[in-house]
Amino acid sequence: MKDTVEIRWHGRGGQGAKTAALLLADVAFKTGKYVQGFPEYGPERMGAPITAYNRISSSPITVHSNIYEPDYVVVVDESLLDSIDVTKGLNPAGAVIINSTRSKEEIEEHLHGYQGAVYMVDAKEISIKALGKNYPNSPMLAATVAVSDVMEREEFLTEMRASFQHKFAKKPEVIDGNMMALEMAFDAAQARGR
Amino acid sequence: MAIRERLSGNEAVAYAIKQVNPDVMPAFPITPSTEIPQYVANYIANGEIDTEFIHVESEHSAMSATVGASAAGARAVTATSSCGMALMWEELYVAASNRLPIVLALVNRALSGPININADHSDSMGARDSGWIQIYAESNQEVYDNYIQAFPIAEDKRVHLPVMVCQDGFITSHGVENILLVEDDKVKDFVGEYEPEHYLLNAGERMAIGPYAVSNYYMETKRAQRQAMIDARAVILEVADRFEKMTGRRYSFFEEYRMEDAEYAVVIIGSAAGTCKAAIDEIRETTGKKVGLVKIRVFRPFPEEEIAAALSGVKAVAVMDRSEMFAATSGPLGAEVRAAMYQAHGTADVVNYFYGLGGRDITVSDFKAVYDRLETIARTHVVTDMYEYIGLRSAQSEEV
Repeated sequence: MKDTVEIRWHGRGGQGAKTAALLLADVAFKTGKYVQGFPEYGPERMGAPITAYNRISSSPITVHSNIYEPDYVVVVDESLLDSIDVTKGLNPAGAVIINSTRSKEEIEEHLHGYQGAVYMVDAKEISIKALGKNYPNSPMLAATVAVSDVMEREEFLTEMRASFQHKFAKKPEVIDGNMMALEMAFDAAQARGR
Repeated sequence: MAIRERLSGNEAVAYAIKQVNPDVMPAFPITPSTEIPQYVANYIANGEIDTEFIHVESEHSAMSATVGASAAGARAVTATSSCGMALMWEELYVAASNRLPIVLALVNRALSGPININADHSDSMGARDSGWIQIYAESNQEVYDNYIQAFPIAEDKRVHLPVMVCQDGFITSHGVENILLVEDDKVKDFVGEYEPEHYLLNAGERMAIGPYAVSNYYMETKRAQRQAMIDARAVILEVADRFEKMTGRRYSFFEEYRMEDAEYAVVIIGSAAGTCKAAIDEIRETTGKKVGLVKIRVFRPFPEEEIAAALSGVKAVAVMDRSEMFAATSGPLGAEVRAAMYQAHGTADVVNYFYGLGGRDITVSDFKAVYDRLETIARTHVVTDMYEYIGLRSAQSEEV
């Protein structure tokens, strides 16, 4: 793993891309890393494209700019592929992780010739199976950790369970479903490389 | 042992407020204020602190109520941002001229218009003449540390001035970073109990606060405010020393980064300083060029002699402003730095840049281009424009 891993998230307002970026910062922090998790705010409204970012490093991070040459890109909403060049600046040694059921061939038409790895995750199906509702951000978070290798599977799951226990202290019944969504997405992403 | 945490800048300030447990916090509870009052309201609702939270109907009222509470003898704080700060304008001057040691957490964001919610220093730079001490931060760590130091500065008998603790909107206010928190008891010891000397609710000493002053008195009052601002300089450094003893983190009027042998220097305020540091490390490592940074922490009182001394050995300086003032020659920081250098008979060439207005991003490559430009200026001694822009599109540009 290089010293600083940079990740860019594309989603739409209300889908939890910002929350996922903050959760990733949280869990990486707990494994001893220096982290940044921050959103880029445009007009705030449901459904508008939003971008969020992570830097994860073993040494202190001073840079406060957005990320233009990320190692990984996460696309939480595939309808953004029509309007945004999501792989712009993306490291060819990295990967793009897309929430989609479409074939790789169909998706690649939207990737402007990106030469790196492409991972598809059916976050909707996983979320509905595990939680009964479509919350794509948890599965996409797990897939991102699996693909980027910023931490080990067990370490990730242990820390996430602790986070959920804190976050959902008042509704503990949703913790197991969320954990299941993470595990399913983690394993699916690991199994489905290019 | 310090507490290792990760917090947004807003969370960091709210946490500091919890540790200080001020007497009164009037605040406007929605946009354009910040998440800070919301987090503090949670602490109060959960019984973690006993601060009196006053929900007010506007930011003008927020500062009015803070002025009232402080005049009464309470340790009073508030928080705001952008247009909220603009609506406090009249009361900012009232707070400063009545010598009320209020601490205001300000998240720096653009003023309208066009309507914009992102990082920009227009709000606090506009208020630079209001008589408040202004302290700025590069990171979440710094805004937390500055916030704690603000109380002993404001409340010192030699000072008695309000302090604005500023951080960059979204970039640090909503960005989560690693932070080292100080233990509660140490923070409480550090800020101590506020014991005002003169206050309205003291039945034993009748006094008026904020009366009319005819021309015969007004000017002396302003001169007295100026003296407090001058005297604040020593207090700011004393408090910083005490803070360093507690945490090991050193603060002053400004930070000099790799300035020992620097030939080209950037002077900047706020979060972009961190990005500039990364550029400096890269330039020094790859080219050996002697580049450095002066990051302003205290803008009021402005440390003019110290700044001039810090820049005395360099060949060219880029002063970078994150707010417009529509003057002929410079932005607010540019004007101060140029004046300081002129007074000290400085010889370096100076160029002023505007960057980051309304949240426009500034990158490591942008800073590299600035240092390249400084090298050219030092060689030719030609500064074509008194100020330049970073990332500004021209009228002909197709790019968006």
